[in-house]
Amino acid sequence: MAVVQFSEEKLNKVKEIIARYPEGKQKSALIPVLHLAQEEFGGWLSAETMDYVAGLLQITSIEVYEVATFYSMFNLKPVGKYLFEVCQTGPCMVSGSDQIIDYIKNKLGIGVGETTPDGMFTLKTVECLGACGYAPMMQLGKHFREHLTPAKVDEIIAECRAKAN
Amino acid sequence: MGRKLLLDKAHIEGIRYYDTYRANGGYAAAEKALKSMGPEAVVEEVKKSGLRGRGGAGFPTGLKWSFIAKPEGVPRYLVCNADESEPGTFKDRYLMEFIPHLLVEGLLISSFALGANRAYIYIRGEYAWIPDILEQAIAEAKNKGWLGKNILGTGYDLEIFVQRGAGAYICGEETALLESLEGKRGNPRIKPPFPAVKGLWGCPTVVNNVETIAAVVPIVNIGGDEYIKFGIGKSTGTKLISACGNINKPGVYEIEMNISVEEFIYSDEYCGGIKGGKRLKACIPGGSSVPVLPANLLLKTAKGETRMMTYESLNDGGFATGSMLGSGGFIVMDEDQCIVRNTLTFARFYHHESCGQCSPCREGTGWMKKVLHNIEYGKGKMSDIDLLWDIQRKIEGNTICPLGDAAAWPVAAAIRHFRDEFEWHVTHPDEALTRNFGLAHYADPLPAPAPAAV
Repeated sequence: MAVVQFSEEKLNKVKEIIARYPEGKQKSALIPVLHLAQEEFGGWLSAETMDYVAGLLQITSIEVYEVATFYSMFNLKPVGKYLFEVCQTGPCMVSGSDQIIDYIKNKLGIGVGETTPDGMFTLKTVECLGACGYAPMMQLGKHFREHLTPAKVDEIIAECRAKAN
Repeated sequence: MGRKLLLDKAHIEGIRYYDTYRANGGYAAAEKALKSMGPEAVVEEVKKSGLRGRGGAGFPTGLKWSFIAKPEGVPRYLVCNADESEPGTFKDRYLMEFIPHLLVEGLLISSFALGANRAYIYIRGEYAWIPDILEQAIAEAKNKGWLGKNILGTGYDLEIFVQRGAGAYICGEETALLESLEGKRGNPRIKPPFPAVKGLWGCPTVVNNVETIAAVVPIVNIGGDEYIKFGIGKSTGTKLISACGNINKPGVYEIEMNISVEEFIYSDEYCGGIKGGKRLKACIPGGSSVPVLPANLLLKTAKGETRMMTYESLNDGGFATGSMLGSGGFIVMDEDQCIVRNTLTFARFYHHESCGQCSPCREGTGWMKKVLHNIEYGKGKMSDIDLLWDIQRKIEGNTICPLGDAAAWPVAAAIRHFRDEFEWHVTHPDEALTRNFGLAHYADPLPAPAPAAV
């Protein structure tokens, strides 16, 4: 089991985040620090990671768990190296998101919420991401991929595979 | 061409950066506010301008500002709501991405007017690349003396921080947003006390939408009296509309609130008409929470008047025959779209986003989703339609925050205006899976209003 521990650089980042709030209000840093932890420790939040964050912010573990379980961007179980989060709400639906989701399922041979056996891709459906004018779309890491078509999905999959090699 | 106040310079190459923004008249309003106006005069201009909250509720901004408590020795905060999560809405994203200094300048003027020395921009977590853009703009502004200590030698101090959320629609509700900013679950608070009295960390706080704060810049520049010359009646100024769905030109448009809905949909300046030459079936004009209208009630009011893109005109007829301008999330549906399926996606959305505090919302949204799912997939009964109506009635008004209403209204409006389509799903279960009900009579001219009874 790898030890959960931020690098010096990340610890400085945590300090910088805490400094945004008045004295004693370091709990406000929880969501930003959980984002940082998720990026740093494999794309998801294990109990060890959450306990570590609790220690850093001098709050109890339960205060971290209740937040981590509330927000949909925090993954509470391992995900693939590339997480496809495809929007399926009204505006995307009327623009063909159902077909895009089906196409990805077939292409990767997985269902929604599943990860490919090689651990490369996870498919997740999400609710409105604020890109309705550029539908259908998905979130991939920090960025949005918009105006999706089957051909574009193929390109994205190839791009991820190339990056992983 | 309609006049613009917010995005008039958004197309200028390099406007994202300080030098270009400044060279094009940026920070002139901040200079005017801090050096020659003073806080009270700024509040006065905003009141005069008639500016109404651009996040969806449309509450007068000047009035909201005037509620802020000013106890001695207690800090005040301005929080910018950039959580933008209402389906159909993506206008704030555009503004922050392309002209971030407009928001920074607006925050400076607004914080100054409120006497806040710290402002937070709470941005939805999924807009993960935008905090970098905002933080760069903030750093540039600070470097040039517009933020930090003793700004322009006036003795006024301000710091602006960006905070990312992590995926929760409910955090667009102002008290849930404050909870989230305090590092907690986004559970809305019971009001009163209102944030103006007890907000962030128990201190007086104003929460304003991105577009609202940005609009303060042109208001200070041209003055409230000039601002009200844009728009009609109580719909003053310009509004950002994010248009999406089955139209030729989806995107973010700044409109003067004096054009008709028909012009907005069909003119080349805006949406450019329905995609593929199809016919308009329905539209949700103000984000997923507001009532959906069939084409015939969208373009004309029940009284037969031209429907305009204003708060009042879109609301003409109340919820019986009207809708709302809301957040400006304008969702257009063509003749091939299924209202039941669309309503199902929204019911699923609200069920997913309910924070779970109030049972009518927590249980009711999931129940509506299940019933709608049955109807959509040909397993519904006629009585399910009445059941849906009953459930939404029991959610509306019975929750701490407006998410309950927001979940109830789309279902109510869909049944109110498209009951035939729901019934068709029940009577034609096999067809419901293979084809859509189509346009039917939803674009037919409305009968002339009956003459008033004598």
